Amino acid sequence: MTTTAAPEAGRRAVRKDKSGPGAPAPRAPRFGRLRQIGLPYLLLLPALLLELLVHLVPMVIGIVVSFKELTQFYIRNWGSAPWAGLDNYSVSIDFNAPVGKALLASFVTTCLFTVLSVGLCWLLGVTAAIFLQENFRGRGLLRTIFLVPYALPVYAAVITWAFMFQRDNGLVNGVLSDLGITDGSSFWLIGDNAFVTLLVVSVWKGWPFAFLMLMAGLQNIPRDLYEAAALDGAGIWQQIRKITMPSLAPVNQVLVLVLFLWTFNDFNTPFVLFGKAAPESADLISLHIYQSSFQTWNFGTGSAMSVLLLLFLLVVTGVYLAFTSRGSRGRKA
Amino acid sequence: MPGPTTRSPMAAPPSFLWTRRVFLTLLTGFVLLPVFVMVSSSLKPLADVTGKFQWLPSSITVRPYLDIWKTVPLADYFVNSLIVAGAATGCSVVIAVFAAYAVSRYNFRGKRAFTVTVLSTQMFPGILFLLPLFLIYVNIGNATGIALFGSRIGLIITYLTFSLPFSIWMLIGYFDSVPRDLDEAAKVDGCGPVGALFRVIVPAALPGIVAVAVYAFMTAWGEVLFASVMTNDTTRTLAVGLQGYATQNDVYWNQVMAASLVVSIPVVAGFLLLQRYLVAGLTAGAVK
Repeated sequence: MTTTAAPEAGRRAVRKDKSGPGAPAPRAPRFGRLRQIGLPYLLLLPALLLELLVHLVPMVIGIVVSFKELTQFYIRNWGSAPWAGLDNYSVSIDFNAPVGKALLASFVTTCLFTVLSVGLCWLLGVTAAIFLQENFRGRGLLRTIFLVPYALPVYAAVITWAFMFQRDNGLVNGVLSDLGITDGSSFWLIGDNAFVTLLVVSVWKGWPFAFLMLMAGLQNIPRDLYEAAALDGAGIWQQIRKITMPSLAPVNQVLVLVLFLWTFNDFNTPFVLFGKAAPESADLISLHIYQSSFQTWNFGTGSAMSVLLLLFLLVVTGVYLAFTSRGSRGRKA
Repeated sequence: MPGPTTRSPMAAPPSFLWTRRVFLTLLTGFVLLPVFVMVSSSLKPLADVTGKFQWLPSSITVRPYLDIWKTVPLADYFVNSLIVAGAATGCSVVIAVFAAYAVSRYNFRGKRAFTVTVLSTQMFPGILFLLPLFLIYVNIGNATGIALFGSRIGLIITYLTFSLPFSIWMLIGYFDSVPRDLDEAAKVDGCGPVGALFRVIVPAALPGIVAVAVYAFMTAWGEVLFASVMTNDTTRTLAVGLQGYATQNDVYWNQVMAASLVVSIPVVAGFLLLQRYLVAGLTAGAVK
């Protein structure tokens, strides 16, 4: 900190009194100083421009488009699409009409799916991380194996799951009928079962990230805590409950939020698993919006839905951060 | 050898050890099941994957590995993915290095606004800017003749911004851990700010840069949503191309599995070789 603050102070002194002999003399006069002030901005420029082009400007345009009647006739020249006022929004949230009803159903499905998936990912992650905390033979190998779902490209992994869930030649039905649980003719990729299928694949794909983060969190717990607890006669289960779990709170705060956002916005898994049209039971919101935009070429309504989704995520994130931050402050006090 | 990660000096009770053994065995099975299916099915003749599921091939064949290149133009997709992911990675790393250097080493107006804005783009649902980005690319194409939509360049630009926020964030952490005295000393020795970056900071933070590169490559290699909208027949990447086997009337599942395995090799190999760096980089932020 001090090293960057010093030239800053020097520069200010120079500006005040240009001919001051006491001011530290920079190697290049004036122009050099200007360059030094501009340098950080210059370094940031490429990142900033690209983020503007791909994220921020599209977001603004998305908001504008959500107030327009943008159908396939105006794609080439979207500026000329007529204004629609709040029509796109009222269509999206009119839960008595088909469009709004489908959106609401998709939203409810996505919420349920997200809660279950994040919960299971976290549970598997924290259990595996705690069990791998202590060193034993094969620990390194297991850690590598557990990261495989994270490393595999989504489509390669999910397409394999799609094969396993095939009705006639898939592993799941094969095993279920061998064990005598079902007759092996269940559909897994259509109908109500699709929700379970999506959940299994999503947890398989998502839990290694929780594991990774929680493992790192565990490494920061000082050893003395455990030693002191052991001296006081606390058993291993008690140590986990009283020391490990509370120490993970800061990691959990970030992790749960990130898992929530990723899972809620997940497009890749249902898209590869089910194709462009997901069964109703597994119709996640991203895929739903994609389908209602690119299938019907109605970008106005699709954008309105996207904006509503963003608003929802912003509110949830804000409430979550306010709630968890207050909680952690309370704990510290 | 009790390292800092070891929990307790006390011997764990059998109940703990057994729970651990059972849990870890089941979890390993769950994790490796698709990998097993992928490998085993890719070595099966077609008859084995059309009937009831069998764990092992009735006879082992490498035919699927030869056929995958003919059923769909997999080699073209492969090349497209390599170009797109490679270019996106290269650009992303260079841009992230510059940005992280500015944030780590300079105080300037708007610094916090920059980091917050860039990081918050991570939470936007991709679907929100897919539609407008599609419009922007189409309109830029109409206005200037630079084809961004359907071209590799459009995809490269898109992907590099996906990995950029997290890469910058990771690198700030790495750069902060390089002592400032080092680059101050280099500046005294006559290096400019950019010279100090490349001669001192980049070599010192090389593990972080490797981590960022692996992350950026994985991100670009695995993306499906934008690839499915923004590519055409000649620029199609593996993410979309792989579905070519599955959407035809006859699904050659043995070929699908072989192709899945083949396209996974570059990223999985890279990940396993460099996992130490990536794991450290990915978790640096959570721990701090």
